[in-house]
Parts: sequence; structure tokens; C-alpha cells
Amino acid sequence: MKRGGAAGLRFHSKDAARLMEGTPAVDAVGLEERAASLGKRSIKRESKLRALDLAIRCMDLTTLEGTDTRGKIVAMCAKAVRPDPVDPTIPPVAAVCLYPQLVPVAVGQLKNTGVRVASVAGAFPSGLGPLDARLAEVREVVDMGADEVDIVLNRSLFLDGQYEQAFQELAAAREAAGSTCLKVILEIGELGSYDRVRQASILAMAAGADFIKTSTGKLSKGASPPGALCMMEAAREFLHETGRHVGVKVAGGVRRSKQAIQYLVLLHETLGPEWMTPDLFRIGASSLLNDVLMQIDKERTGRYQGPDYFTID
Amino acid sequence: MGETTEIEKGGETEEQVAPWEYATARESTEVVHLRDRYDLFVGGRFIEPKSGRYFITINPATEEPLAEVAEAGEEDVDLAVRAAREAFEERWRDLPGKERAKFVYRIARALQERSREFAVLETMNNGKPIKESRDVDVPLAAAHFFYYAGWADKLEYAFPGRTPRPLGVAAQITPWNFPLLMCAWKLAPALATGNTIVLKPASTTPLTALLLAEVIEQAEVPPGVVNVIPGPGGKTGEWLARHPDVAKIAFTGSTEIGKVLRRSVAGTGKRLTLELGGKAANIVFEDAPLDQAIEGIVNGIFFNQGEVCCAGSRLFVQESVFEALLDKLKTRLNTLRVGDPLDKNTDVGAINSRDQLEKITELVRSGIEEGAEMFQPECDLPERGFWFRPTLFTNVSQSHRIAREEIFGPVLSILTFRTPAEAVEKANNTPYGLSAGIWTEKGSRILWMAERMRAGVVWANTFNRFDPSSPFGGYKESGFGREGGRHGLEPYLHLEGGAP
Repeated sequence: MKRGGAAGLRFHSKDAARLMEGTPAVDAVGLEERAASLGKRSIKRESKLRALDLAIRCMDLTTLEGTDTRGKIVAMCAKAVRPDPVDPTIPPVAAVCLYPQLVPVAVGQLKNTGVRVASVAGAFPSGLGPLDARLAEVREVVDMGADEVDIVLNRSLFLDGQYEQAFQELAAAREAAGSTCLKVILEIGELGSYDRVRQASILAMAAGADFIKTSTGKLSKGASPPGALCMMEAAREFLHETGRHVGVKVAGGVRRSKQAIQYLVLLHETLGPEWMTPDLFRIGASSLLNDVLMQIDKERTGRYQGPDYFTID
Repeated sequence: MGETTEIEKGGETEEQVAPWEYATARESTEVVHLRDRYDLFVGGRFIEPKSGRYFITINPATEEPLAEVAEAGEEDVDLAVRAAREAFEERWRDLPGKERAKFVYRIARALQERSREFAVLETMNNGKPIKESRDVDVPLAAAHFFYYAGWADKLEYAFPGRTPRPLGVAAQITPWNFPLLMCAWKLAPALATGNTIVLKPASTTPLTALLLAEVIEQAEVPPGVVNVIPGPGGKTGEWLARHPDVAKIAFTGSTEIGKVLRRSVAGTGKRLTLELGGKAANIVFEDAPLDQAIEGIVNGIFFNQGEVCCAGSRLFVQESVFEALLDKLKTRLNTLRVGDPLDKNTDVGAINSRDQLEKITELVRSGIEEGAEMFQPECDLPERGFWFRPTLFTNVSQSHRIAREEIFGPVLSILTFRTPAEAVEKANNTPYGLSAGIWTEKGSRILWMAERMRAGVVWANTFNRFDPSSPFGGYKESGFGREGGRHGLEPYLHLEGGAP
């Protein structure tokens, strides 16, 4: 895994305001047009199978419900390791993503499977708890054995123009996470413009994020192709400026294979083949996996199976 | 997956995966029913040419022949003009506007219903990528018919206080770069205003015009209202333009032929509109949304292989962002997919003809000889057919041929500027004046620039965007007259009475 980690931190908080100003503008019409035109790529046959396989390998199988229980996590972990119990050619997903309290369950279930445990932390999904408590939560999930931590950008500070403080919080979370993979959720549906999405991306990457992530999945507006494209362009810019590779995670409303393939096309034509790996791309989703399995089956056999042929864990 | 090899490295898994490729996604040609032979469409029927001559039209992406097409001789031209004249006087001129509109709406709907057929045929005959004929040419052509159908019964409202009257027979000569779309641009306003038409499509791309003739026949447009007579511009086109019964000539094509036409109508009283060449400036300021500007530059010059009269073929970049922009542009060029135009994932298709390919090649050679620096992405080109790699030139100066002459191919000349005033001066320093693009986040600068650009169309933070309601046309050697919008009605009307 390519990790920035604390050692990769290259910016100080006083740079934050300057960074914001230096971020190039984003033209909404042009961005949306580009995303739409890439959405029309026709991905068929073997390239579709490759894409579907990659979509599974890049998937953070997610449950973030107040009703999540031990039993639910045990079942989801089994599904994460063997998405299709009768087909060993289907790869395991990249990670499971869940609430802090359930981390030990997942860690126990996934030991030596290669599937990683990701936990949200830092007063998810608002990010507005006391800072000490949020940082403590990050440390705690790391101590419990989480391989990855998904935190949220403090939109309250960011939208208020307090970039330096927003940056400091992220940098503190970076430090709290140590060498554990840190994903920063921007919640693009709350940022109001693509200019803001691009600025927030730069801010999070400069603060040391290993991944920038579109959404919490808790809003009706989750990931969108133009939003993701905007973040990918920011990651490309950041690589150019600093030489550091930062991953992109799309999450929120990605339920269909077709959407997943569309994001892979955006990734492929924006950041290139180098990014087509779970180290640098993730799709956070709860119901996408079965649709992908159904599509793989359809590509192989030419027929659709009913939903009862795919397990619902 | 087969391509995946896993190498264990210090407990972590490093994967080496063969790059993801898009499988061929070829649009089927089954929807197109090519005839072996296409006749002239005159007086509402397909008839054999009196000339007795047929020429072969090919697919420029494969050089395979597609069909034989009738070539209209002088006698055929006369027949067509007489059919149009008769239709004008007896069947069309005095038809109420709302009745004319019905026919124009029918054509529009038929284009939509048969959109795939038109798109595939256009791509086969022209070489443009199917994604463009499918998403741009055909929908825009239908939109033009819809738009002007709406005007047919409202002409007096378009010109308050005046009495609009049709002119008579319009001779329309269309180019090969947007064969169907240019027919639509010309036919729709002429029909809506009550004129009849003799249309001569470009000699390398007659097939969609002939398919449109079929649609017109099926729409039961009165016989003779639209006549389609393919043939070479130098002969058929000239006979048509010189015919005494022609009241108006609408031409889209080269500046060279435009000048010939203008001379030939001098003193005849014929009305003329010309839509000719261009050498558009696409101007990028340092505060521009750079990633979107890159898309605009690419769209500006590689859309339709750069075979666009309003192509953004001169890129002016503010010096402070030149390096950054050039880097991005080169990276982007490497992702362009050049090849089979029928593949739905193709971005850049085939050049329309061997002649055009030779012209592009010659101008590119002159660019190298004059000391400009060339960049082309690595990409495999098909063995047969007419192909040219997307090309960038840097170190270009205003005096180079590649900065002055219209190349009409996928070749971009990149120049720099320091101040807005310098950008204006350099951008206007061309005999052409069809279009321009301005990229900046500053609204006041867009307005300041647009006021000073001597170009018929100025795009702000976008490029090559067309709409039937928006007038299109040139300054200087790019021609005169406007197509599209309310302005597009005027060249087809006598406006009597009213304001002086």
C-alpha cells in the first residue's frame, strides 16, 4: 500500500489559506459535460468482466446503520471474503466499513483473510463532536485493530472559511491515525459547488489523507460522476504538485454495476491505469455487490439469474 | 483474472495487472440498407440522370465503395430548377405557414425516428465517430427542422411591421464535414419561409442527403419543393449557381469557392449567403478553469477530426500558464482514441478524403519546415483509410502558414500572449472571422473580449456549441449572412414595407 502517513505530511496549517487560493477554478458546465460524455463509453464483454472484477476488489462493503449487530457483521464479513460461495474465481472485496463499536467483531472475523477492516470515526457523519473526543475515537479504532479509518471533513469550519482550523483538525486526525490508512470524507453534497469540492480535496490531501472520499452515504445526494471527476482532477493536480498518490473513494448511492463501471471509466481516463487498484480507488457500497455478481453471471452465461440466487448478507 | 500476477513482497501484496482496455463496441450497420445505385431526386421522384453518369462514393475509414450515385449534368440541373420553380409557384409559395410547418415537423420527426440509420450512414460516408453523428449531427439536424417549423406560421411576428415574402428557388450547396446537419441548416429555414430548393450535397458525402430525400418523399412534401442533385462542385454546383431561375444561393464551403460564387452572382440580383473558412482563436487566460479548458481545446480542434469551419485551430495561452496547460494537453491527447469511426468508444475518426488528407499532410510539413515544434500522441492507425494523428504545434508564430491558413484537420497551433489587449490583437490578426473562444473565470473580461473579437460566434468557457436558435456566420473572409435563429430567416425573405 502506498501510504502518506504522518511522515507524508508536507504542508503546514498556515499554508492552508494559500492552498485554497491557488486551487484552479472548476467550470460546472464543462465538468458535467465531460463526466456525461465519459458515461457514454461502451464497456462490453471482456472489458466489462475486468471492470466488474475490479469493482469487487475495490469495494468497501459497508453497513452503517444504527441497527447493526454482531450477527450482521459476522454475516457481512463472510460475504466480503467469499462474495459468491459457489464461485471461487470471484475475488474478496477490499474492506468492510462499519461503526467503531463493531470493529473488534470484524477484526476477529477477517483475521488472515486479506480483507481489511475500515471504521468510520470522528463523530461520523457530521464531524461536529468535541475535537478531543473525535481524535480519541480515531485512536481507539486504530487500537482495536482497524486497518483504515474514514473520517469526515468539518464542513462547519470549511464553509465558514476557517480553512486553517479545518486543516489543523484533519492534520490532527492524520497524526492520531498514525500509519493507518486515512480516508477523508468531503460530503460533496453539502459543499454547494465544484469549486468547493476541488478546494476541499486539496485541503484534505495536503493534510495527509490517503484517500479522499465523496460522501457519508447519509445524505440523499451521495457520489456523482461530475463530483468524483472533480476530485480525481484534484488528485491528479496534487500528484503533479507533490509527487504523492492519493486515492479516491466514491460512496453514497452507488448501487448498480453500470454506475461502478462509469466511475472506473472516469478513473481510467483521468488518473490512468496506475489508479486502477484498491490501493488508490475504492467504492463504498452496501447493495452494489450483488448487482455486480448478477452482472458477472449474466456476462458469463448470457442469462440473468433471479435475486434469490445471490446471498443477501 | 488471467492477466493478474501476484507477487508477495514483505507480507504485502503488490499486483501487476495488464492495463484495462475497452473491448471493441462496434455499432451495427444492419440498420442501413444501402442501395447499389442512388438516382437524382427531382420533382418528388428518384430519376435517372440525363447525364447518364454515376460516380462511386466510398467509406473513408476503409476506402471500400458504398454505392454509385447519379451525377447531375447541366440538363439535370435545369430540370431540377424548373421543377423547383413550378413547385414554388403552384404548390408552396401560397400554402399557409401552418400547412408548411406540418411538413417540416414531419421531416423532423422522421429524422428522430430514423436517427440510428442516419447516424450510422453519416459515419460510414463521412468517417466521423459514431458518438458524434449519434449525439450531435442527427439530433441537431432534427432540432433545426423543429425550430424552423415553429417559425413557419409566425413570420410576420419575426419582422414586425414588414410583409415577409419568399424569394423563389434557393440553390443550396452543402459541404462534406457535416453532410446531413448542413442540409438541415439550409433546408429548414428555406422551407419554413416558403421557398423551394435545389440542394447539391458535397460530392464525397451524398448519402445522407439522399436518405433525407427519401424521408422528404415519405413525408409527402409536395413534389419539386425539395430536389437533391449530387455532383462535383466545379460542374454541378456551378451550373446550379449560374441558373437564371435561381433566386438565392446559400453556400457552405471553402473561401476560394465562395469568392468564385460571389463573382458569378454580381449583377444578377441573386441573393447570396456564404459560410466559409475559419481560423478560430481559442484564448485561455491564466485564471481559466484549466481542466475544463483542456476539454474545450480538445473539443475545439479534434471534434469531427478538426474538419470544422469554426474549429479552434489557433490556441492562445497566457504565458503564465503555458507550461502547465501544455503538460495537461499532451497528457489528454494520449487518451484520445483514434480509429474505427463505428466503434462507440472512438473519439477521433477518419479524414474525409485522400485530397483532404494530402492537404493536411502538406500544411503540417510546412509547419515543421517553418520551425514549429510538433507533438503527436502515440496511437496505432488503421492500415486502410485516411487517417491523421491528433497534432499539436508549439513555437508557432503569427507568420507561419499553420497559424494563418485553414488546415481543416486535427492540427492545433499553439501561441502565447501576455495581456488581454495582445490576445485581441493577435486573435483578430487573420483574414477569417468565424468563431472564437474565451476561457476565464472573470465575467467582465469575457464581455470585454467578446466586444472586441471580430468573429461571428464567441464562446465563453465552452467551444463548438450549437443551437438552432443561435445565429451562426462569419466576418471577413469567413463569409456573410447568418444561419440559425430568427436571423436565419432573413436571407430567404423579401421584407416589404415597414421601417426604412
